[in-house]
This record gives sequence, C-alpha cells and structure tokens, in this order.
Amino acid sequence: MSALALPQRRQAALRRRTFTRAAIYATLIFWALIYLIPIYLVLVTSLKPRAEVSLDQVWTLPRQVSTDAFIAAVERLSPNFLNSVALTGPATILSAVLGSLNGYVLSKWRFRGANIVFPLMLFGMFIPYQSVLIPLFQLLSQLRLTGTLWGLILTHVVYGLPITTLIFRNYYAEIPDELVEAAQIDGANFFNLYAKVIFPLSLPGFVVVIIWQFTQIWNEYLFAVTLTDPASQPITVALSQLAGGQAIDFSLQMAGSFLAALPTLLVYILLGRYFIRGLLAGSVKG
Amino acid sequence: MRLNADRLTALAVLAPSVILLAIFVYGFIGQTFYIATTNWQGLGAVEIRSVGLQNFEALFAGSGLPFFRFREALVNTVVFTVLFIAACLSLGLFLAILLDQRIRAETLFRTIFLFPMALSFVVTGTVWRWLFSPRSGLNTLPTVFGGAALPPDQWAWFTDRRQLVTFTWADASRTVVILIIVGLLVFAVTAALRRRPVQALIVGMIGLSLIGWFFLGGAFEALGTVVRPLHGVNLAMVSIVIAATWQMSGYTMAMYLAALRGIPEELREAARVDGCNELQVYRHVVLPLLQPITLSAMIILGHISLKIFDLIYVMAGGDNLRVDVPGIHMYLTAFRGNNFALGAAIAVIMLILVAFVIVPYLINAFRTEVRR
Repeated sequence: MSALALPQRRQAALRRRTFTRAAIYATLIFWALIYLIPIYLVLVTSLKPRAEVSLDQVWTLPRQVSTDAFIAAVERLSPNFLNSVALTGPATILSAVLGSLNGYVLSKWRFRGANIVFPLMLFGMFIPYQSVLIPLFQLLSQLRLTGTLWGLILTHVVYGLPITTLIFRNYYAEIPDELVEAAQIDGANFFNLYAKVIFPLSLPGFVVVIIWQFTQIWNEYLFAVTLTDPASQPITVALSQLAGGQAIDFSLQMAGSFLAALPTLLVYILLGRYFIRGLLAGSVKG
Repeated sequence: MRLNADRLTALAVLAPSVILLAIFVYGFIGQTFYIATTNWQGLGAVEIRSVGLQNFEALFAGSGLPFFRFREALVNTVVFTVLFIAACLSLGLFLAILLDQRIRAETLFRTIFLFPMALSFVVTGTVWRWLFSPRSGLNTLPTVFGGAALPPDQWAWFTDRRQLVTFTWADASRTVVILIIVGLLVFAVTAALRRRPVQALIVGMIGLSLIGWFFLGGAFEALGTVVRPLHGVNLAMVSIVIAATWQMSGYTMAMYLAALRGIPEELREAARVDGCNELQVYRHVVLPLLQPITLSAMIILGHISLKIFDLIYVMAGGDNLRVDVPGIHMYLTAFRGNNFALGAAIAVIMLILVAFVIVPYLINAFRTEVRR
C-alpha cells in the first residue's frame, strides 16, 4: 500500500513544482512585456512615415518602414548631440581623475578630521540642485561662462566630485595597506605610490565611475536648461523642446528620444555589470 | 620627514576639491538662504533690501496664486513620495524574489527590468507623455486585443482634474503639526524607557515647547488663515508615479537581488529543516534580513522624489497645477518669472526637506563605519 502511495505522492509534488515554475516564468514574462511597452511604442512610431501616425492607431506595426523620422531627428538634433558629447567627455574624465586622487588620499592618507570632511563632501551629491542654482547662475554669468559648454562642464565636474570620490575611496579601501607600506619602504613618495601601485589597480574603479558619470551627465536636465543658450544646448534640452512644438510630430519625437537614449543604452547593454555596481555604490555604505 | 612631506602633498591634492565643494555647495546654499530673505526680483531697478522671513510667511500663509501653488506643490510632493516609494519597493522586491528562484535567462530579465535606469528623465517624460495622452497611447491599447478604447474623459491620466480627498491648508498644516508633536513625544518616552535621559530630555523639551508655541502662543490659529481653495490628493499624480516607477523600480530590484544573494543558503536550509515551507522561509528568515536594504532604498528614493523636476516638467508641462512640485515651481519662479527671492525661498524649503532625510542617513553611515 505505502509502497505504491509514495511514488504517487512524489509525482504530485513534482507536478506542483512544475506548475509553480511555470507560474513564475509566466509572471516574469508578463512583467518583462510591460517594461518593454514603451520601447515597442518608440520603435514602431519612429519607423512610421509621418502620414501613417494617427492617434488611434499607435500600436500597429508600420505598414511601410520609413527612416524619414530618424533622418529628420538627426538633422534637428545632431548639433545638440555633439554638444552633449563635448560636454560629457571632458566632464566625465575630469571628475573621474579628481575622484581617483581624492579617493586615494581619503583611503590611504587618512588625516585627522577626515571623518568630518568626507561626509560634508558627500552631502553635496544629495542636495536639490535648485538650492544652489541661483548663486551658480550668478557666478557663471560673472565669469562669462553662462551660455557656454565650459560653465556646464565646470558645474558637472564639481557636483560629480562627491560620488566619484566615494566610489574610489571605497574601491581603494580594498587594496591592502601592506602593499602601500611596502612601496613606501622602497622609497616611493606620494605620487610614485599612486602611479606605481594605486593607478594600475584602478581600472575597474575607473570603468564604474566613468560609466556612472557619463550616464548622469548625458541625462541631466536642470543645469543644462538653466545654464546654456540655444547654441550650446545638450540633447536633453533640445529633446524637451521637440515635444513643445506647434504641430506635434510624434514620429519625430520618438526618433529623437531614441537618439537621445542610444549612447547610455549602449553603454548599459555592453557594460551592464559595471553600471549596476555604480548604481549600488550610490547608496553610500562604507 | 619624508612621510610628513607626503602628508602635506596628500592634503594639497585633496584641497582643490574641498575648496570647490565648500564654495559650490555650502557657499551657494548660504547665498540662497540670504537671497530668500530679500525682495530681489531680477532685472528691475528696485533696490534690493532685506525683508526677513516674509517670503517664507507668504509661501506658507499668504493668499495669491504663487503661494497657493507652492502649497499645492508641497501636497503633491508628499503624495508622490509616498506612492512612488511604496510602488518601487513592492515591485522591486517582488521581481527580485522571482529572479532569485534560479531562473534561466536571469540576465535577460534583469537587463529588461533595469534598462530604464539608463535613460534620462527627459526621454521617459517624452515617451510616457504620449503613452498617457488621453486620446491615444495606453487608452487605445485594448483595441489591439479587440476591445474598445478607454474613454478619454474618464482616463485622462496626467490631465485628470479629479481630487480624491480634499482638505484646506489649515487642516493639513494643523494635522502635520500635531503629528510632529506626537512623534516627538513618543520618541522622548521611548528614549526614557531605554534609559537615554539626555535624548529623552532634549526631544521632550522640543515637543513641549512646540505645544507651548502652537497652542498657548497662538501660532495654531495663525496656521488657520488660509482656508480656500482646497488642496487634495490629485488623481493626475498617479500617471507620474507609474512613469517614475517604470524608471526606478529596477534600482530597488537590483538592491534587493544583491541582498538576497548575500543571504547564506545555510540559513534558509536551517529554516527548512525546522519545518518551514518556502513561504515561511521568506516570511521569517529572508524578509527580516532585507530590512536595512529597505531603509536605504527608502532614503535614496525619498530624496529623489523630493527633488523631482525634469520628469514632470517634460511629461505634463510646467503649468499643470495638479501635478506641480516645488522643483518646477522654483525653476519657473526664479528663471521664468525673475522672482529670485521667492525662488530661493522655495529652494531653501526643498533643501530642508531633503536634509531631514539625508543628514541622519549620512551620520548613521559614518558612525557605523568609525565603529568598525
């Protein structure tokens, strides 16, 4: 009796398990589709010829694939795209290099008061930038830097320092102090030590920081809209103005959104692992 | 000798960053506080003079559109923050638990749930503005499956005018004051019970003096001057919450997933041996261990939602009062209306709100670090 019942019970358990697994996968696929809805809409709309975009037929596949919207978006937005490149490149590199040096000092040359200075620096990455915007605008106009990319680069470098310093400080904390001490005994000074020991080990740290800063600066809007003029506007500002046009051209807007999202999206897809690390580093934790 | 020279070099390397941040963060914040106490109105030839706290008084108790608008924005921010945090935490935890079940193609799912984090709020705003446009977008999605489109007047999304709960500003501020006082007193009593007399005394004194100020000093009546128009929980805010959750829930998912992976399998195994089924393992072992992550996520999401600006500004435009927030109001007041003094006052209030969330977090993070 029991010899017969056992395999049956096991079979029932197995069936229940298969059912649970199927339910889990079904739920995951359902949510994945929901997350992808906006992407579907962007792609479908931007590939339609303008005449085919109508308000009640947004979900249909394009009857005829057209690259007109993309060509128009590239024409309209390419100066702004280039502005974004010219802004993001230097600002990212500068804030990463400064962050690396700061992180080196704060992790390997700890001084009295560091535990007060560092949190005070970190506070700068949490403030609402509205609370510094008016004086920032005043200072940059006095320096004749408003309406140029230089002012915006300076701004992003300074307000990027807290997070880059934080990530490098935590990263360098993993490098054993013995390594540093050994190099010091061999006569390495502050800069030798950085060049010979710390910097060669920094590559993953730099990747995380550069990806993080690149994404943040490329996507930023408040500083960009306040501190630039039409000639120096980055792509986020130009994109937001596409939406405010007279005749709303949805295929143009969607193609523009795709264009604006493309660089950060590519970085995310190719280097997602490092992106997530930067993401989690943002939640402080020593 | 050598070491000393190196120590000086180290300080010199750090100095420029510290000085820049001292100016750009603390100097500018100080300047903003100062501007907030003046009557500075941009380009006009009027002499700039100090007006004390008048701008703040006007924001909290004045009649007139900009002041009403500020209070509406404040109410909206509170509603947004609560809904946004709740949505991101529950969805993030849910997805993380699903992904933690040894899923094939886990990387693919993770990539899909997290990719909106890589986008700009401006892109999200542009796309969701269309998804939520009443005569198109999501409202016409049922037609794909052969259904009828949702009626645009009932599904107006961010253009919805309806308010779920309405209240006057006087009611709201009185309730908040009472809640703060009760909170302080409860904290003081708990501190006293835990034998922390200094904490209990300080917090208790603050609570008692607030009672004195508001109930005996007449400040409570002063709060009651602004009665109309009504504020409320705006239905339009829901569409902003959905778009923001789409963008940010992957973040909570990633945090929870990392934490779930950090829980040793032996712990779960031990619970199973003790007779827990899978649900009970989560209920009694896993979820309690995730609590610190929940707190960090709440703080990170909370400070984002208190500052939110670009998503709403791009999605709904700057002039939709039903979804207005202080970030937008400050920008328009200062940089479109040239009323820098009032804009600075709004910015100061935003900063204070964010500081309430962030400062305890930073202090706590570094206190535990020093102990280690």
